[in-house]
Amino acid sequence: MPTGHFFNLRMHMSPENSVGVVAEQRVRFNAPMTLKSGAQLPGFELAFETYGTLNAARSNAVLVCHALSGGHHVAGVYADQPQNVGWWDNLIGPGKALDTNKFFVVGVNNLGGCYGSTGPLSINPQTGKRYGADFPMVTVEDWVAAQARLADHLSIDTWAAVIGGSLGGMQALEWSLQFPDRIRHALVIASAPKLSAQNIAFNEVARQAIISDPDFRGGHYAEHGLVPSNGLRLARMIGHITYLSDDQMGEKFGRQLRHGEHRYSYDVDFEVESYLRYQGDKFARFFDANTYLITTKALDYFDPAYDYDDDLAAALARAKANFFVASFTTDWRFAPARSREIVFALLHNRRRVAYAEIDCAAGHDSFLLDDDHYHALLRAYLENISI
Amino acid sequence: MNFTAKERERFDFAVIANWIPSGERVLDLGCGDGRLLRYLRETRDVAGYGVEIDHDSVLNCIRNDVDVIQSDIEGGLSGFENGSFNHVIISQALQAMLATERILLEMLRVAEEAVVSFPNFAYRANREAIAAGHMPVSEDLPYEWYETPNVRFFTIADFDALCAKLGIEVRERLAFDDAGQLVTDDPNLNGSLAFYRLGKKS
Repeated sequence: MPTGHFFNLRMHMSPENSVGVVAEQRVRFNAPMTLKSGAQLPGFELAFETYGTLNAARSNAVLVCHALSGGHHVAGVYADQPQNVGWWDNLIGPGKALDTNKFFVVGVNNLGGCYGSTGPLSINPQTGKRYGADFPMVTVEDWVAAQARLADHLSIDTWAAVIGGSLGGMQALEWSLQFPDRIRHALVIASAPKLSAQNIAFNEVARQAIISDPDFRGGHYAEHGLVPSNGLRLARMIGHITYLSDDQMGEKFGRQLRHGEHRYSYDVDFEVESYLRYQGDKFARFFDANTYLITTKALDYFDPAYDYDDDLAAALARAKANFFVASFTTDWRFAPARSREIVFALLHNRRRVAYAEIDCAAGHDSFLLDDDHYHALLRAYLENISI
Repeated sequence: MNFTAKERERFDFAVIANWIPSGERVLDLGCGDGRLLRYLRETRDVAGYGVEIDHDSVLNCIRNDVDVIQSDIEGGLSGFENGSFNHVIISQALQAMLATERILLEMLRVAEEAVVSFPNFAYRANREAIAAGHMPVSEDLPYEWYETPNVRFFTIADFDALCAKLGIEVRERLAFDDAGQLVTDDPNLNGSLAFYRLGKKS
């Protein structure tokens, strides 16, 4: 879910096989969209980026779906921001595992996002003011429906693959259900067919941290020129704890002291406190609180089996895509058992599915790292996709 | 005796494929790099899945475009539904598993028939090695005792007895010597590699 923090030591750019300088694009859809909640959006804009070249047959397009805090800037850098490296740059580029010499790769900022797509910070055409708390709740289903409009805009009838980790994996799965004929391969990584009570509980604590910040102002903070920074910071700190494994935190920080001694104060004593504060502060500077709230609710609501008496196999009967499912042994937020639920539901439906359970110490965050074995698996699977 | 490893493997695959009708759903336990499943897909047009625990083997399965499910089958086949496969295969891997009985019963839970192949520890050359004071090393038991992945050493006679104990029906049994010749006379002595087609007693 998070992007680029200092655990990701190997997430540096390799200039020799980077997609290089990229540019953001925007597209506006004027047709109103009815959301799963019943609310209507009068139209919307999506921010996206593309890498590689769409072939003549339009058969080599891959959609990359982002998780909680990611966006459309998936690979490369901006001309005016050479340090702003895309969040999955280690995976995507010429000669990389998701090879832009072969594939036309599309990254998109989801509806309700805060990186350029229509979201709570956008102007509500009905009021002339920012949506703020009035932005309707969007679901994984809504995101995928919006992404389908982008596919139409790009004249992509069928994705060679849709790939995502965590919440991004849920979108890949949803693509196979909502548009079974428009996706040939789904790569569902470190994901789950629905959140557990514990997962929803973590999200709720994060939301309450934001909502109870006095600067939140019922979600209309932007109208007052405010940002509920403390709430966002707390939300991010809680999230971060769950993205890492106990072992890795122990290895990275242990009980290391910032000042070499116990100071008996509430300032930073232990290095892990410093790390969490740093991550929280950084996040609060650029991420929108309403987007955080909406996105965590989208996570909570996602449950394709809900309309099928909790029978996931019945819910997945519509899927036609071939699947690659992967989990990480130390991921306790989206544990391997959750991925196995998807695998066996697909097996029940006689779908083609490969499943890897990857040993990686970094917990849920592993899906963002360039672990050799993990990337070799993705490379092997993607190489076998015919275009 | 002048079999290359590849010819030998093809021979093993052909024996197994002979028992798999075209277009079946097949599960291969301990599938390694997925070569058998690939062979069965190409020669029998099966819809095959492999189960494998080793990370490198899983990667090689994916390179081979074989649908592999990374899982430890020592704990059984939970998640796999009853009767969801026509055939389940365990090719020269049963001797490397601890939970022999559970695996055999699980195999016949998830599939109509099971195909099992294993090296026969009572093969003449193996007996001779023991008689000479050493653990056998042969083409079908290619490891020194200190590096073998095998944890269960058993014979055709032993396996027959276990099937009887578990109520498993031996529908067909083939044994081959180390030159790949079919053995009919005293397979427990003359057979180096055994192949079984197993079912539930009706």
